[in-house]
Amino acid sequence: MTRVGFFTDSSICIGCKACEVACKEWNLVPDDGLRFLANSYDNSGGLGADTWRHVAFVEQQTEDGVRWLMNSDVCKHCTRAACLEVCPTGALFRTEFGTVVVQDDVCNGCGYCVPACPFGVIDRRQGDGRAFKCTMCYDRLGLDLLPACAKACPTGSISFGPLDEMEERARARLDRLRRDGVAGARLYGTADAGGEGVGGTGSIFLLLDRPEVYGLPSEPEAPSREVAGAWGAAAVAAGALVLGVVAAVLGGRRR
Amino acid sequence: MSGAPNVSEYPGRPVLKRPVWTWEIPVYFFVGGLAGASALLGLAADLAGQGALARNARMAAATGAMVSPLLLISDLGRPERFANMLRVFRPTSPMSVGSWTLALFGGAAAAAAAADVTGRGRRLGRVAGAAAGLLGPGLATYTAVLVGQTSVPAWARARRRLPAVFAASAAASAGGLACVVTPPGQARAARVLATGGAIAELAAGGWMEAGLGDHAIVYRRGRSAGWARAARALTLTGAGLTGVLGGRRWAAAMGGAALLGGSLCMRLAVWRAGPDSAALTGPPDVMLDGSWRGRTTSRPTSG
Repeated sequence: MTRVGFFTDSSICIGCKACEVACKEWNLVPDDGLRFLANSYDNSGGLGADTWRHVAFVEQQTEDGVRWLMNSDVCKHCTRAACLEVCPTGALFRTEFGTVVVQDDVCNGCGYCVPACPFGVIDRRQGDGRAFKCTMCYDRLGLDLLPACAKACPTGSISFGPLDEMEERARARLDRLRRDGVAGARLYGTADAGGEGVGGTGSIFLLLDRPEVYGLPSEPEAPSREVAGAWGAAAVAAGALVLGVVAAVLGGRRR
Repeated sequence: MSGAPNVSEYPGRPVLKRPVWTWEIPVYFFVGGLAGASALLGLAADLAGQGALARNARMAAATGAMVSPLLLISDLGRPERFANMLRVFRPTSPMSVGSWTLALFGGAAAAAAAADVTGRGRRLGRVAGAAAGLLGPGLATYTAVLVGQTSVPAWARARRRLPAVFAASAAASAGGLACVVTPPGQARAARVLATGGAIAELAAGGWMEAGLGDHAIVYRRGRSAGWARAARALTLTGAGLTGVLGGRRWAAAMGGAALLGGSLCMRLAVWRAGPDSAALTGPPDVMLDGSWRGRTTSRPTSG
């Protein structure tokens, strides 16, 4: 099967949150509280176990008036997925569509994926104990349907399809915006822009400012990239422990 | 590495999720390290013909190996699914590697101790004790790799230095416990191990913190600082007591207990550093004490 992915074009997002609602409805994601966060129109705060699409609102006073940025964030379905690599039960796996999904009948809630994810996407659901995140509507993909968020998006800000097509579309859109003089426009999540440390992602974004402004990491990195050095350090430390114990026992023999 | 990257500017929202592990995990890091180093001490003492020390160390290893799974299972979101830990072997996951190591270690350590207690199957018991002793150093250090393979800066940046801290701390705690339970006349090796491990633990701890860059602050302020101070004070006290006065029963016992406490406090400090470090990937309105305004902590517990 070809790898599929999202292209989320924040330049035409109107902040309607239809994606958040459609995701909750289709995936039966529980309510996570109605809260006033005192941050523009945002009241879901960020991605988590109970929010698989999150519309970020950046509302800032500038010299030219109010600046409005909106972007619908989602799991990145990384090529090198930290959550999947650390999962000890095999609950997290890569599907035939190239996406990363938690099998909720296998997950035992060990929580390792939570601090592993460099994007802070996956979390453990309170009162349930298992980890949850976007599945890219795995059940709908099997029926040749669009993921619920992409289906519900009224402006076409969320596109879905074969990943290489999504990237092509993203680059074409970026060129168009640059020709139109939109200076801050940039891609995020491709193997050469923001996704270097995770081998590219399955969720490409077109942003109008730096990723940090939207709460996204500028240089996300799969923690396994340097784990060989950590295992090497552990081997050295374990060897030193053996030498230390042997020395202590031999030293303890003499008075 | 210690610069601006990966710090969110979005109000109330750090880049990273807070680690969800509760107190059982650092206590397991301590107990697992204690058990691993004890099994190794048991093997070495056995080969050197120090029977009393070897038996006590094997008993400590077996006890730790029995307690460890209980702690780990208790921390799971779905404890009844604990057996899924052995459903696959995933070498990219230090937790998977560790689960298998602990399972093998537990069986070996229990068999060795059972042979001691019952007096039957002594030859098999010695083989099992040797297996546990060889797995022990891995059990004592893999936990440092485990927290190192996360995105939390205070853990990830320590990935090459934390194993040394954990190994030294395991040595100090195993030596310390052996000092508590073994008469001083037969515990000279334990005293050497306890004192040497404690000094190495203090040195490695400072080295580890020096490599954290701007995230070293989580060990000086925030909820980790108290544990880190207590760990240093107890380990220093224990090193002095076991090293200088360790020939006296009371001093060996008190010194050993202080080393055990210091080793435990060090793991609690490392554990507490995680959430604070994750919070530091947020904008300034995210507090160092972890009480950030974002959803994950303020979420009402319904359902």
